[in-house]
Amino acid sequence: MSELVRSSGNPLMDKIRVFAKSFGLPRLIIAGFLLLLFIMAPFVGANFFTQLSNTINRFSWNAVLVLSMVPMIHSGCGLNFGLPLGIIAGLLGGTIAIELGAVGAGSFWVAVLLATPFAVIFGMVYGFLLNKIKGGEMMIATYVGFSAVSLMCIMWLLLPYHSPNMVWGYAGTGLRTTISLEGYYLKALAGFLAINIGHLSIPVGSLLFFALLAFAMWAFLHTKTGTAMTAVGSNPEFAKAAGINIDKVRLLSVIMSTWLGAVGILVYEQGFGFIQLYMAPFNMALPAVSAILIGGASVNKASIMNVIIGTFLFQGIVTMTPTVMNSMIHMDMSEVIRVIASNGMIIYALTRKSEVSR
Amino acid sequence: MKNRKTGYEAPLEKISPARKVLGFARDNTVPLMFILICAICIPLSGFSVNYLLAEIVTRISRNSFLILSLLIPIMAGMGLNFGMTLGAMAGEIGLILVSDWQIWGIPGMVLAMIISIPISIGLGVLCGKIMNMAKGREMITGYIMNYFINGIYQLIVLYAMGVVIPIIHSSIILPRGYGIRNTVSLLAMRQSLDNLIAIRINGVKIPVMTFVVIALLCLFIVWFRKTKLGQDMRAVGQDMEVARAAGINVERTRIISIVISTVLAGFGMIIYLQNMGNLSTYTAHSQIGMFCIAALLVGGASVDRATIGNVFLGVTLFHLMFIVAPSAGTALMGDSMIGEYFRVFVSYAVITLALIMYETKKRKASSKAGRELALAQKLEEENK
Repeated sequence: MSELVRSSGNPLMDKIRVFAKSFGLPRLIIAGFLLLLFIMAPFVGANFFTQLSNTINRFSWNAVLVLSMVPMIHSGCGLNFGLPLGIIAGLLGGTIAIELGAVGAGSFWVAVLLATPFAVIFGMVYGFLLNKIKGGEMMIATYVGFSAVSLMCIMWLLLPYHSPNMVWGYAGTGLRTTISLEGYYLKALAGFLAINIGHLSIPVGSLLFFALLAFAMWAFLHTKTGTAMTAVGSNPEFAKAAGINIDKVRLLSVIMSTWLGAVGILVYEQGFGFIQLYMAPFNMALPAVSAILIGGASVNKASIMNVIIGTFLFQGIVTMTPTVMNSMIHMDMSEVIRVIASNGMIIYALTRKSEVSR
Repeated sequence: MKNRKTGYEAPLEKISPARKVLGFARDNTVPLMFILICAICIPLSGFSVNYLLAEIVTRISRNSFLILSLLIPIMAGMGLNFGMTLGAMAGEIGLILVSDWQIWGIPGMVLAMIISIPISIGLGVLCGKIMNMAKGREMITGYIMNYFINGIYQLIVLYAMGVVIPIIHSSIILPRGYGIRNTVSLLAMRQSLDNLIAIRINGVKIPVMTFVVIALLCLFIVWFRKTKLGQDMRAVGQDMEVARAAGINVERTRIISIVISTVLAGFGMIIYLQNMGNLSTYTAHSQIGMFCIAALLVGGASVDRATIGNVFLGVTLFHLMFIVAPSAGTALMGDSMIGEYFRVFVSYAVITLALIMYETKKRKASSKAGRELALAQKLEEENK
């Protein structure tokens, strides 16, 4: 999308037209809807700054998860419906960090460190599998994710965790479904340099952490390996002819996505305040997928801008619709609207002809 | 001679019995695995044979119709129809309306089916059209369609019913005046089809009429395969381009296959729910597609090939596992939740495994075709 706008170099109107076209109608509708919500907010008695802070907060929780879509989209592995696998690596990291007695904000970094080997191993197995089944990645990714989540449900019960803050008090074994992070890495990032003025609160630390990762991703995509990754995704034949080892590049992209998923869930948890186990990771892939698509990505093309715009729009709708809609028509239709908008967006992306041929 | 040199020999040599057994095991990995799981779990669970038989008969009668609805899209090469849930939702809307009108028993069921038909057709056409736009990724599209249409279903059932669509009965509508309650009781309709003609053998109730209906559907599918349309579908499933060259309207044929599947799934859901006796308005359909697909795959079906035999073997093995897993888990690990999670895991793992096997087979076939083509070209060049 961004290249198109940049290369046009025509007068402003032309630029806008090209932008609108490349942006896609569904995205315009969603962006327009969010804008309308923000305009309506003061009229229904919702404080604009509270709403904005909520949106930014939720943005900071989810942005890394959405960023984890980027490497796999670039290497042509499609939308990472297998995100739960990365999330499980993150959950393992988080719970083991607590089990080992790490406390305070530092436990976040311990968790990231501990999650990394899991993410790399899971990513390697997962990437190896995806290389075997090129062309059918998305469906299989979905079910690999589901299988992993349900297998881990058994594991959460059986693994030898003992920390009294995590296991069921009565039985003494088996992790609880939700674990409070009070005293551990609650607000480990969000609390850093946080700005609080009146109704406006901005978790600067989380945003900085995301910016760091996003910048690293951007820089990576401009290295030799990164360009090779884009080449594999956009034109595998050409990449092969240029002597790129396609399988290796794809494997790397899957490992990166899985690791980012692991870090992403830890960032989410430090903002949200709880570790959610068992079936919770089950439906975490779809919001992330639709967020990046809303931001303007397609099945094999995504940029950092797509991540930022998409996460902001998606989380904006998630936070704004309940308050605004509730006060306007006294019906909580937000959940339904979110389901329709986000899944409609995924269907729209899947049916784009230009990408199907590749 | 050339063939020898390049390592591609014709399959002339005799296949040893050991390899035959191995080949059989490889082709039927999933059913064999399930027979093994059941063989281990049944003694552990401690259920009596009679109890298991009764449960299995109930579940076959309850689920077979739904699973059979998956066969036609597979024939048309559209893979496992994850969009069958759309039909299930149409069936549920039918049931909600007839329970509001207080029409019970067989007339209620038939009326619900009639109501579900136009909804199913509409949804099927929509789903088919979208799948035509996403050729090659029908399954993931169908899967997301579930969620999308589920949103619209909620919009209708939770907000429009009682406001736009008149619903009067207070046992169905939420106290706030619009929207349907979480559960709609179908007690007055419960097992009306099953009990129409039911015989008991050794305490095992056999719902003859339900089985007659299922048998009729099987006959329909067998007959349908032989019709012109059925043949067209198989041609489309084999190769879309060839079918198009032969003058078949590929897009239309594919849409029809999805429409038939959706309508049948609607009927199947009504049969399923009359057996259950109550309708969980917002969750009844959410897992149904997954369980039906898993059951079909357990029966030895693959993404591109499924028979009626697969349906019945699958439903038996899958539900046998489902019945015994929790108590086997309790006996083995002392925790019933482990068995619960185990059966969920197995359902997903089976689908994953089947999808992986299908994709690797497809890739192998295409690379083999590529190699053969390259070989043929090489031979041609040498002959020149």
